Amino acid sequence: MYPELGQLALILSLLLAVLLSVVPLVGSIAGRDNLQGFGRPLATGMFVFVALAFAVLTHAFLTDDFSVAYVANNSNSLLPWYYKFSAVWGGHEGSLLLWILMLAGWTLAVAVFSRRLPSVVVAQVLSVLGMVTVGFMLFTLITSNPFDRLLPNVPADGADLNPLLQDFGLIVHPPMLYMGYVGFAVAFAFAIAALINGRLDAAWARWTRPWTTVAWSFLSLGIALGSWWAYYELGWGGWWFWDPVENASLLPWLSGTALMHSLAVTEKRGVFKSWTVLLAIVTFALSLLGTFLVRSGVLTSVHAFASDPERGVFLLALLAVTVIASLTLYAFRAPVVHVRARYGSLSREIFLLLNNVMLVSATLLVAIGTLYPLVLDYLEMGKLSIGEPFFNITFSPLAVATGLLMGAGIFSRWKKTDGGWLARKLLWPLAISLVATAAVLIGYGGFTPWAFAGIFTAMWVAVATFWDLWEKSASRKGRLHGLKRQSRSYYGMVLGHLGLAIVMAGATVVSNYGIERDVRMVPGDVATVGDYQFVFRDIGERRGANFTAQYGNFDVLQDGEIIASLRPEKRQYSVGMSVMTEADIDAGLFRDIFVAVGERISDDAWAIRLQYKPLVRWLWLGSIFMAVGGFLAIADRRYRVRERSTQKATTGTSVGTAANSAGVVS
Amino acid sequence: MKRFFLFLPLLIAVVLGVVLFAGIGKDPTKLESALIGKPVPAFSLKDLNTPETQLNETLFKGKVQLLNVWGTWCPACRDEHDDLMWLAEDEGVSIVGLNYKDNRDDALVWLDRLGNPYSTSIYDPRGTLGFDLGVYGAPETFVIDEQGVVRYRHVGVVNEKVWRETLLPVINDIRENG
Repeated sequence: MYPELGQLALILSLLLAVLLSVVPLVGSIAGRDNLQGFGRPLATGMFVFVALAFAVLTHAFLTDDFSVAYVANNSNSLLPWYYKFSAVWGGHEGSLLLWILMLAGWTLAVAVFSRRLPSVVVAQVLSVLGMVTVGFMLFTLITSNPFDRLLPNVPADGADLNPLLQDFGLIVHPPMLYMGYVGFAVAFAFAIAALINGRLDAAWARWTRPWTTVAWSFLSLGIALGSWWAYYELGWGGWWFWDPVENASLLPWLSGTALMHSLAVTEKRGVFKSWTVLLAIVTFALSLLGTFLVRSGVLTSVHAFASDPERGVFLLALLAVTVIASLTLYAFRAPVVHVRARYGSLSREIFLLLNNVMLVSATLLVAIGTLYPLVLDYLEMGKLSIGEPFFNITFSPLAVATGLLMGAGIFSRWKKTDGGWLARKLLWPLAISLVATAAVLIGYGGFTPWAFAGIFTAMWVAVATFWDLWEKSASRKGRLHGLKRQSRSYYGMVLGHLGLAIVMAGATVVSNYGIERDVRMVPGDVATVGDYQFVFRDIGERRGANFTAQYGNFDVLQDGEIIASLRPEKRQYSVGMSVMTEADIDAGLFRDIFVAVGERISDDAWAIRLQYKPLVRWLWLGSIFMAVGGFLAIADRRYRVRERSTQKATTGTSVGTAANSAGVVS
Repeated sequence: MKRFFLFLPLLIAVVLGVVLFAGIGKDPTKLESALIGKPVPAFSLKDLNTPETQLNETLFKGKVQLLNVWGTWCPACRDEHDDLMWLAEDEGVSIVGLNYKDNRDDALVWLDRLGNPYSTSIYDPRGTLGFDLGVYGAPETFVIDEQGVVRYRHVGVVNEKVWRETLLPVINDIRENG
């Protein structure tokens, strides 16, 4: 009975979404305030019914209702309740429902938090979001209905959730990632609304900025969680595999980062408008492309998602309609810029433009590396995939160049920066970074060009950021007062840039100085990795809720002292019969020690993977910095203050707004 | 003229869309096996059920058979197992199992619990025959004709659809055209 209610709720919310995508838009074009006013209640209603459908599916999981096919395929009565809960989005259908829930949530957020925006803009933004929602709801209901029943042959028990996904990382990773993906839909909707009513101006950029930043923050967290999960759960100790699915999440992140910076220029200086709006469209298109790549199975991946050609075709159609419609609108409506250089060659505009060039190059590079196999296959030139070497060789120089430019860009001024002044400014940070880099290289005991480049870039970014903070916070009333005077968005930027420096440092150090050893060990054996001795004590067995595990007892010694006891496991899950490797990690801010048990080689010998991973935590720590920076930036007062003044302006000129929309019709 | 440049993103997107569309439905794991048209490589391995029996490539002479590569460590093999049972029992297909990089005890427990669809099971704990066949994951299924020649290689799970649309046509072709 309940699942049918869920289905009904989903259908009702689809109807509301259809209304939402038509009524406010028509109202905005016809200049009918009463029709525009339908946007908010429709958005609310849509969210409520999607939430209801989601609650019903969750209920089916928690009560083990295996008559629902999706539950039977992705859950089991033996699962602990929290995995039953996270199993709701452990498969394709539930992931989509979660996606829709978030989209409806973002739509509701726009409806609630943009009361101070002109009603025409709100109406159009909500309508565009409604259209995107309609597409995804149709996709779900037609090709991937989570409420399909297995009647009358109800299975006695479920097929179990993939053991890889029975993990805390999976409970939080997809929601974060989707918040990011879907959040870019808001920036997209603002861009489309601006193109429709021809108001691509600084105000548009200011409204778009917080939504973009918050989506970007969620995406950063989502990607970091995915990397963390892969690190400890896949059992190999790698943190980034350049896997198509990972790349799919990196693509919108890169172009979203470009968008954030380009929006800053558009807001402050009113330039790069066409470029910014294109980035907003492309970023959302890349989010959709990511979904398509993951869900259609056109590329192989470690993420063994069920793939289905029918779903692929539908998603591609959805992607095509969105992209073709929005780019056509773009081609006809985007302002053709007459180049009038209002900024000098070393201005902040130029630095941010270069930042965009770098980030877009990186996006293209990752896109080419990911899609190249498909293109080759299309041209019938054979199947092959591009592996890590391609990405490492091409991506690293871009990352270094981006960092170097950023360090200089932090000091640049809008409109015009004097070259000699900038060079003098950079002298001290340059000297400090060089010395610090030399110290780090000596500390880790080894010079390679890549280690130098990576660590120097990280130092350079960090030193420049702190230097700038120090200078800006100088105040006659004391340092503390000066620090307090800086805005939250400035601190957001500081944290974001520091986060990047931290990620770069972590990535460089762990790739260049990490040690990996695969050894054959018998209980009693000792193996040495770097400064650490690993003693394999014995093998034991234990039973978990839905698995049995064999574990190894390891003591890790440094200078003769035991610094950690680790207990990596090999789990055999009783339902699916699958075997999982659970690594054990002694985590630290400066290094991780990682032990995983591999295959049993003979009666008492095991293949053991031992790893020393310096600074690996910094990858995720830096990502947290970035995300917190993003959240801090949107908490800045100026968004609220200016929005209030916008409101005054619009109530004062409602005639003007109506005239404006009348202009669109003619 | 300047507006022309604004159409560029649209053009690029359309070209990309065509390529993506062509990619749908093509199986990215479909790799041509170098072995197709060649006999099954020579091997000498023990029978899974009766360790004293030694098996070799003559096993594949005389009738069209499927060679299914599996292991208890492979979750996808569990997925296809019921379909293999159906193929063996209801469709009367002769399937030779290649128990790949596995442990005999685990494998026997598995077959005991889930049923045994294999007419014969080759035990290949070190993966030597798998290596010669070019297996890079499990499950994989090969179609082998009466002369013991590999005619087709399928990577991934066999189910009713794969059987109907892919494997059965290959077998019918062998039966009709030799």
